[in-house]
Amino acid sequence: MCRICSAETLEKTRQEIRLRSDPSTPCIAVCAGAGCLASGAAEVIAAFEVELESRGLTAAITTRGTGCPGFCERGPIVVIHPQEICYLQVKPADVAEIVATTLVDKQLVERLLYVDPATGSKITREADIPFYKNQQRNILGANSRIDSKSLDDYLAIDGYAALAKALLQMSPDQVLEEIKRSNLRGRGGGGFPVWRKWAESRNAADPTRYVIVNADEGDPGAFMDRALIEGNPHSILEGLIIGAYAVGAHQGFIYVRQEYPLAVENVNLAIRQAEKSGLLGNDILGSGFDFRVQVHKGAGAFVCGESSALMTALEGRAGEPRPKYIHTAVKGVWDKPSVLNNVETWANVPLIIHQSADWFAQFGTAGCKGTKIFSLVGKITNTGLVEVPMGVSLRQIVEQIGGGIPAGKRFKAVQTGGPSGGCIPASQLDLKVDFDELTKAGSMMGSGGMIVMDEDTCMVDIARYFLNFLQDESCGKCTPCREGIRQMLKVLNDITTGKGHEGDIELLEDLAATTIGASLCALGKSAPNPVLSTLKYFRHEYEEHIKNKNCPAYACKSLLAFNIDADKCKACGTCRRSCPAAAISGAKQQVHVVDQQKCTRCGTCFSVCPSAFGAVQRLSGAAAASVSATMTLAPEETG
Amino acid sequence: MESATIDQIIDKHRGEASSLIQIMLDIQGEHHWLPREALDRVSERLQVPMSRIKHIATFYKAFSLVPKGRHEVHVCMGTACHVRGAQRVLDTVQDLTGISPGETDPEMKFSLETVNCLGCCALGPVVELDGKHHGNIDPGQIATVLENCEQGKSQGPTTR
Ligand SMILES: Cc1cc2nc3c(=O)[nH]c(=O)nc-3n(C[C@H](O)[C@H](O)[C@H](O)COP(=O)(O)O)c2cc1C
Repeated sequence: MCRICSAETLEKTRQEIRLRSDPSTPCIAVCAGAGCLASGAAEVIAAFEVELESRGLTAAITTRGTGCPGFCERGPIVVIHPQEICYLQVKPADVAEIVATTLVDKQLVERLLYVDPATGSKITREADIPFYKNQQRNILGANSRIDSKSLDDYLAIDGYAALAKALLQMSPDQVLEEIKRSNLRGRGGGGFPVWRKWAESRNAADPTRYVIVNADEGDPGAFMDRALIEGNPHSILEGLIIGAYAVGAHQGFIYVRQEYPLAVENVNLAIRQAEKSGLLGNDILGSGFDFRVQVHKGAGAFVCGESSALMTALEGRAGEPRPKYIHTAVKGVWDKPSVLNNVETWANVPLIIHQSADWFAQFGTAGCKGTKIFSLVGKITNTGLVEVPMGVSLRQIVEQIGGGIPAGKRFKAVQTGGPSGGCIPASQLDLKVDFDELTKAGSMMGSGGMIVMDEDTCMVDIARYFLNFLQDESCGKCTPCREGIRQMLKVLNDITTGKGHEGDIELLEDLAATTIGASLCALGKSAPNPVLSTLKYFRHEYEEHIKNKNCPAYACKSLLAFNIDADKCKACGTCRRSCPAAAISGAKQQVHVVDQQKCTRCGTCFSVCPSAFGAVQRLSGAAAASVSATMTLAPEETG
Repeated sequence: MESATIDQIIDKHRGEASSLIQIMLDIQGEHHWLPREALDRVSERLQVPMSRIKHIATFYKAFSLVPKGRHEVHVCMGTACHVRGAQRVLDTVQDLTGISPGETDPEMKFSLETVNCLGCCALGPVVELDGKHHGNIDPGQIATVLENCEQGKSQGPTTR
């Protein structure tokens, strides 16, 4: 007998849960997302449990591992409820003090609070930290309010209310109409209107239909989908069931990459919980609607994020894309109508149904409604997940929320859209971020990766990086993609290793045009974007590499040399001891010297040389060439 | 690998050919590589030709057709790590272990792989050694990290 079999039992269960959990009970919420776990959150949670146990406080104070709130830069993050006191970078050694000072004596542990760099003042509440304050966390907000492994927690925050409303008070057409009115567009890259895809499947003749969650998240540097599916898996399930009802599907799939073991675990757990409670299976909530979900782990192939390739993989075969003269919405998995949407797209569905299309459409721009989660990473002070309304400027994201560039460096560009996207330079920082504006600027929204680059990032190297990635990930089925990317990469490898020729830029442009025009799927069609957008805004960097063998950002190793300035070296030995190649000689009172033949140009000496000395010089172009030449001529003198 | 274990995995997926990738993932997860006998068994039980199994085993990155070393080193090459110097980290790991990505050393001590984003970009550049993250790592620290793992001294996650 399942416990939730009608709207009444759902509400009754919800009331019971709320009664049981008194919101004034102190609760220690620790982020248990993959980012914080990597910085030691599991040890912090364990330490809290031990500490509470030893003080006999386990009954009075609860501990909870939550989903990722997004402020990964300062993990592990601990929030003490109900006051919402936020402690950052908490170590197991801090735990006893937090329990004694904050939970018992009701005082703050000042040293663990956030310090506003602008004012120097300490901030106590999570919501007041500028990183959070300037966001609109419609979706991500729930992550820190629930234990990601608890159905009860999700029910307590109105979980599955949208499902009850859709199944019991709305017809499939009304659900479709509400999604259409909201103007929700797909968050996985293309920004395709969700309702249109749903309607196409719904109107397809075949009665066996499928709905699918795309949690392949192959874009390196993007992790919002992981945070959602790990942190709030029931919200994705709820969206999927509502979508299935609108489309008329009775089987769903969640395609999630196996590189996300915690996401696989949490979503499987959520499915089992939903099945046991009657929220999945036959006659959901007494509506007569049946629906089941299966998880399929992706085995590691970027191209499998593409719709037709993903569906081939679901069938148990190698995920190669196919031509889409007939949309997958009509002929998808096993040739049946299949609706595929991104994780974040599905996460929006319950919000729209629960709070209405009008509520949703109050956020965003004329053409792009709602919010978007970005993963703000790279050379940025506050790395993390950022949810903002569509149309917010890049400057607001990078400067206000991201806190600007660390270490006093200059902003150079931000890369959006992953391997299919492009780089946007400083001159365009006031660009309003939505699907259409980013495309106009020569980049794209993609899944929401935002990689910030500073003066030390070489734009030619970035283009080379993405093409190298894509060459590896191209499935090889069609020639333009397989060969076009390979040839472009060859040219870029030459340029970044000092073997560039006059005419290489034109050759790149030529290859790009063919690859875009003739490739089968969007992987190939968009592969040249990183090259074209960096050529558009940073052509002079390409020219410097080709003509002067100079990498202005000091990133391309083959064009570099490291040298110790004899006048500045204080013979402290730091660089000698840190050099992984043992290429630095010297002793106490004796100026240090880099052996250019042994040197691997890793740059460790440059970064460890005390800034007061600044004795290690980074050279490129003619200067690097001459240092390498003189040093190799006279090895005896230095040895 | 015991054939009973393989049968168990196949049975868990009800012996369906459409679950081929899932079955292979489970074997890989259990055994860290795909021995020929295991694949023969899968081919026989699911009635799937070996050519298709080999296609899948080489198409997807998760699979290995050769045994792995005692310690698995994963260097994150995601974009965030790349702009923070992941290439130099990888070069140093290669210099120190003498192997390239995809290889295992002759003593079966280390297997080296590059991965495209471990999703902890705030810690970049990141090296994952036997499942443990070493964040904000610079080339100068790698030798110590690699040495420690063999002595079972690999401490908890290191951050800055
Ligand atoms: C090479 C390639 C990789 C892709 N990877 C992903 C991915 O990892 N996640 C995703 O949601 N969409 C990805 N897409 C986009 C999907 O093809 C598809 O458009 C999307 O999942 C549809 O969902 P949406 O309408 O909700 O955005 C990729 C597309 C291409 C061409």
